[in-house]
Amino acid sequence: MTKPWDVTSEHLLRELAPQVLGAVARRFRDFSSAEDAVQEAMIAAFTQWPQEGVPENPRGWLIQVASRRMTDLVRSEIARRQRETTVARDVEIMEPPVDIESDMDPDDTLILLFMCCHPALTSSSAIAMTLRAVGGLTTTEIANAFLVPEATMAQRISRAKQSIKTSGVPFRLPSAHERAERLPAVLHVLYLIFNEGYASSVGAHLQRLDLAREAIRLTRCAKALLPGDAEVAGLLALMLLTDARRAARTGPDEELIPLNKQDRTLWDRAEISEGIAHLTTALSKGSVGLYQLQAAVAAVHDEAARTEDTDWPQILALYELLKRVSPSPMVTLNHAIAAAMVHGPAKGLELLKTLDTDDRLAGHYRLEAVRAHLLEMVGDCDSAIKHYRIAASRTTSIPEQNYLMTQAARLAER
Amino acid sequence: MKYILMMNTMRAGHGVPAWAHKDLQAHIAFMIGLNQELRQSGELVSAEGLSFPDQAKLVRAGKDGVPSTDGVFPESKEFLAGYWIVDVDSPERAYAIAAKASAAPGPGGAPLNMPIEVRPIMSGPPPEML
Repeated sequence: MTKPWDVTSEHLLRELAPQVLGAVARRFRDFSSAEDAVQEAMIAAFTQWPQEGVPENPRGWLIQVASRRMTDLVRSEIARRQRETTVARDVEIMEPPVDIESDMDPDDTLILLFMCCHPALTSSSAIAMTLRAVGGLTTTEIANAFLVPEATMAQRISRAKQSIKTSGVPFRLPSAHERAERLPAVLHVLYLIFNEGYASSVGAHLQRLDLAREAIRLTRCAKALLPGDAEVAGLLALMLLTDARRAARTGPDEELIPLNKQDRTLWDRAEISEGIAHLTTALSKGSVGLYQLQAAVAAVHDEAARTEDTDWPQILALYELLKRVSPSPMVTLNHAIAAAMVHGPAKGLELLKTLDTDDRLAGHYRLEAVRAHLLEMVGDCDSAIKHYRIAASRTTSIPEQNYLMTQAARLAER
Repeated sequence: MKYILMMNTMRAGHGVPAWAHKDLQAHIAFMIGLNQELRQSGELVSAEGLSFPDQAKLVRAGKDGVPSTDGVFPESKEFLAGYWIVDVDSPERAYAIAAKASAAPGPGGAPLNMPIEVRPIMSGPPPEML
């Protein structure tokens, strides 16, 4: 008996991917091959299920296909060794165990998340691994999302698995202490996936896989597995509160529309409410962190019906807290913007001076763009034009460059 | 982050360089090896070599949009010989790859030390967050 394929089926398949991988990896004690085998089972499911229907026991189906593939891999490995040693031996071929399904562990998805976001991996490898092993995406989909050839992405994944192997991470849930230590890396990877998706969700790239939604789905999953962690909830809130503005942030010609010029009626109220609900619960837990504070800033913006209703003193207070909790030049920059909105642009410009001597941000386009904006606010048009142009020459984003050049041109014609 | 690594050659000679067989082979093997290495490291987006400058045409829109073609102009000192597009974790890594390509062996096996121009590739809008 099968069920017809519908919109929920793909979601189900993706949820099952890490669970099946956990069971197969544990049984065959070979994470790397198990990961390949599950990928093949996923591709088989994506090909067959839409036509033949979803099997009654989808998990069992995937495990069976992946195990069969594992057996093939074991066989060819044995054959290779026999060829190499030229000793012909009868070897008992490992058959897929019948009780493998009882090997499932509800923590498998979490184990995989910690494994794929291991600090031994570069961020690009960790992102690719997470999307494939935890997200159940195919190499083709991931390659398309990052606009790189499939072969390149396949190599990146295979090298990531090599690094995981070399680092000797066991396939088990890290201890509570290890989890606390490594959670920031996990959250950072999810955050990067979201950013990549958010940055590419414009025009020509619309047909690409929606990485922002995928990041939200994975973070929801992480939150369900780590219900007590306030920062996971904070990250989910931040993603929802940012994603809510998606429809308003670009115009009909794909031009970038800054926050203060967006049509706020286009903001997604449901996402905002959900984000605020997660944030409120997280903040009540009392361990405030980087993601919760960023989410709080996003919430203040989202709650203002008009730009002029924005509660800048509250945003300023949040950035002051952020400067203490998680200092970085970007935080200082955003703090300067908030200070300018509360105490006037001269105050903001004064604060920016401290960043000119910080190697991490000196000359960065965003610093110059903010300076240009504040110079415009104080009425120094010539300097504003100059800094808009410097910023335009330094950004690596085309929509941002168009925006900054347009600002300079607008001022020059006044 | 994606970068383009543009390899320039001097215009002198216009066509195929008159290198010794052994030197030419070493150069070709080096380039194939480099591409292979970048493919295996999961960093290669694309790599293309361009035809020699004597095959180049300069095209402009003429009257009624009809293409008007012209031979290449002798004043150009350098020509783009080929390029790599790589997707790497840092600008430093892009520079390291460029330095490696620059040291491709030339006549007598000596490194050519070709200038490689490295530039970031523009992307979509930046994130609004920190």
